Amino acid sequence: MSKLKLIIKREFVAKVRNKSFIVMTFLSPLLMVGMTTLIVFLSKKNTEKPKTIAYLSEYKAINALEDTKTIHFVAANSKILEDAKAETQKNKFYGLLYIPNNDNINDVAKNIQFFSKDSPGTTLIQNIENLLGKRLKHLKYKEVGIDEAKLKASSIKTIVNIASFEGKKTSKLVSNIKIGIGSAAGYLIMMFIIIYGNMVMRSVIEEKTSRIIEIIISSVKPFDLMLGKILGTSFAGLLQFIIWIIIGFGLMSIAGVFLDAPANMPQQAAQLQEIQQNTLGFDLITIIQELPLANIIISFIVFFLGGFLLYSSIYAAIGAAVDNETDTQQFVLPIIMPLMLAVYVGFAAVMSDPHGPIAVAFSMFPLTSPIVMMMRIPFGVPLWQVLTSMALLLLTFLGVVWFAAKIYRIGILMYGKKPTYKELYTWIRKY
Amino acid sequence: MNFLLEANNITKKYGDYTALNNVSISIPKQSVFGLLGPNGAGKTSLIRIINQITLPDSGTIILDGKPLQPEDVANIGYLPEERGLYKSMKVGEQALYLAQLKGMSKQDAQKSLKMWFEKFEISSWWDKKIQELSKGMAQKVQFITTVMHSPKLLIFDEPFSGFDPVNANLIKDEILTLRDNGATIIFSTHRMESVEEMCDNIALINKSNKILDGKLNEIKKSFRTNTFEVGLETTLEKTALLQEINTHFKVSESNLKLLDNINTFTVSLEKNIPNDFLSYISSKGNVVHFVEKIPSVNDIFIQAVSQKH
Repeated sequence: MSKLKLIIKREFVAKVRNKSFIVMTFLSPLLMVGMTTLIVFLSKKNTEKPKTIAYLSEYKAINALEDTKTIHFVAANSKILEDAKAETQKNKFYGLLYIPNNDNINDVAKNIQFFSKDSPGTTLIQNIENLLGKRLKHLKYKEVGIDEAKLKASSIKTIVNIASFEGKKTSKLVSNIKIGIGSAAGYLIMMFIIIYGNMVMRSVIEEKTSRIIEIIISSVKPFDLMLGKILGTSFAGLLQFIIWIIIGFGLMSIAGVFLDAPANMPQQAAQLQEIQQNTLGFDLITIIQELPLANIIISFIVFFLGGFLLYSSIYAAIGAAVDNETDTQQFVLPIIMPLMLAVYVGFAAVMSDPHGPIAVAFSMFPLTSPIVMMMRIPFGVPLWQVLTSMALLLLTFLGVVWFAAKIYRIGILMYGKKPTYKELYTWIRKY
Repeated sequence: MNFLLEANNITKKYGDYTALNNVSISIPKQSVFGLLGPNGAGKTSLIRIINQITLPDSGTIILDGKPLQPEDVANIGYLPEERGLYKSMKVGEQALYLAQLKGMSKQDAQKSLKMWFEKFEISSWWDKKIQELSKGMAQKVQFITTVMHSPKLLIFDEPFSGFDPVNANLIKDEILTLRDNGATIIFSTHRMESVEEMCDNIALINKSNKILDGKLNEIKKSFRTNTFEVGLETTLEKTALLQEINTHFKVSESNLKLLDNINTFTVSLEKNIPNDFLSYISSKGNVVHFVEKIPSVNDIFIQAVSQKH
């Protein structure tokens, strides 16, 4: 077995056998799904009980209010506002809705008041506003003489059907799916880099603190050791990711059955229905089939590997430059920043215009390209851009690995004080 | 003479700092070679160059007649001063891993390790993790991982640190046995008494330069001062006695302690032969002690290093 393979195998086995790795692998999807389930469950409980609200209407046209799903209305006995307030408090109702009298409907609409002990949630107020707004609108139609039946009959639903010049039909749903796939891919790359890059760094520090490093590098080249470490860790990481995805999907579908999720989210369900109507016969399978799937998968592999190798070699160099984990923060921050930037720029720029100048620039810049380009690719990116971006990534990767290997080679044998950026620079230049 | 390792005109600079300045050493086959020098003199730099951990700026290393090759890691065993093992890895697995990195096949490594573990009576540690072992125990494992691939050249940097006297002796005997079985050993330490006991040749490096090297005996001869320590049983008062002798020979006080309360002093006999002195002094009393002061490695070390300042 070659030495590189030996190192990869040892790193992989050491990671996978680690107790915290095993616990993390099986516990985090459970925790994630458990949390989500809990949140859904709690919010369901939270809104389940309707609130009792007293109302006092001095406005003749509104004399009774119908209960809604979340509000139970009770007419106040007292006809004077101050008494009604006292009565509401005595009866321990949630609040008092007061509709004043006025000849002008517009003035009525502006002067409605709601009294309560603590400030009510915005959802409740919105519900009341909608409810009263509808009632007042009907009254206003009557006042200005609009025939509601005619109004209803004359409403027109307008849909703009989007298609490319080649005649490929598309829709908002398709765009959403593209954004979803792109963001998922980009986000996955970022998470993977941060989690497993850190793991590479810790493993380098471990070799330094346990003082085994000099023994190892008297047998193998430091570069082989660094590369073996990165590859071994990424294989362990891939294994963990795959297990997470499998467990996650499994648990989600079980939890979904138990909670009967769509029924509890009427709003989303309605939206979904609307979207489905909008798509007018686009079914999900054809949409997915029409995406540049081969392109997405190949690019994902290239950008994922390129991005991870690029960043993890920097992580390895940081690990070599310092003696303990607390000293790493100063050096890790500049790595995290382009990653965060990539995700935020990716979300903002790609969603508004996947082919705009900012999105294109960030999908070329090697430190952000793995994430941003992955977000753009589902929308169809010209081949030359993808290839240029890949080439830039590869070149940067080679350059960074050269620097990182140099810092690594010198750093692993340096003990004592934490080096400054200036010292790192002299390592690269002079040694 | 047949040398296993020749380092010729090695120079190594780190930035503006010169770690080694034109250093050459030759290590005869099947010998123990003491590489000595104060802290920061450049010993570790030289050892790292021999191990191909770093490359020299100029100069060549010849191992067994051929320039040093990357494959030669299999021919060298290195126990660095800063050493350790993976704490959470099992002893046996770790030793196998390190042996395979040195180029051994798994089968050979297993065989060799079994032999060494039995020799050191530590076979029961095979499945323990390093973090469960004491420092001395871990050092034993570390020693085995250095020698398990039977290399031609063994480099030990402070091999006895972390060992109690009993185990230090065990390791010392193992090192000498390895030499007798054909290995050549570079031995770097600050414990001068073990240099006296073990080394056939030494080189002394100070401030990046080699200031002394050769056979230990010959170096000692060149540092000999023809000074003798004398113990005299006499009724004469000491100050008067020394004054009296001083008229014929060069004497000085000695801090030699003998068992009985006896006058002691040192005499320098550069021009005279010992017999002249003995026949003179025997008239003054009973000579109970007469020994040449042979310079210790410690004396040579201190003298050589402070001379060059």
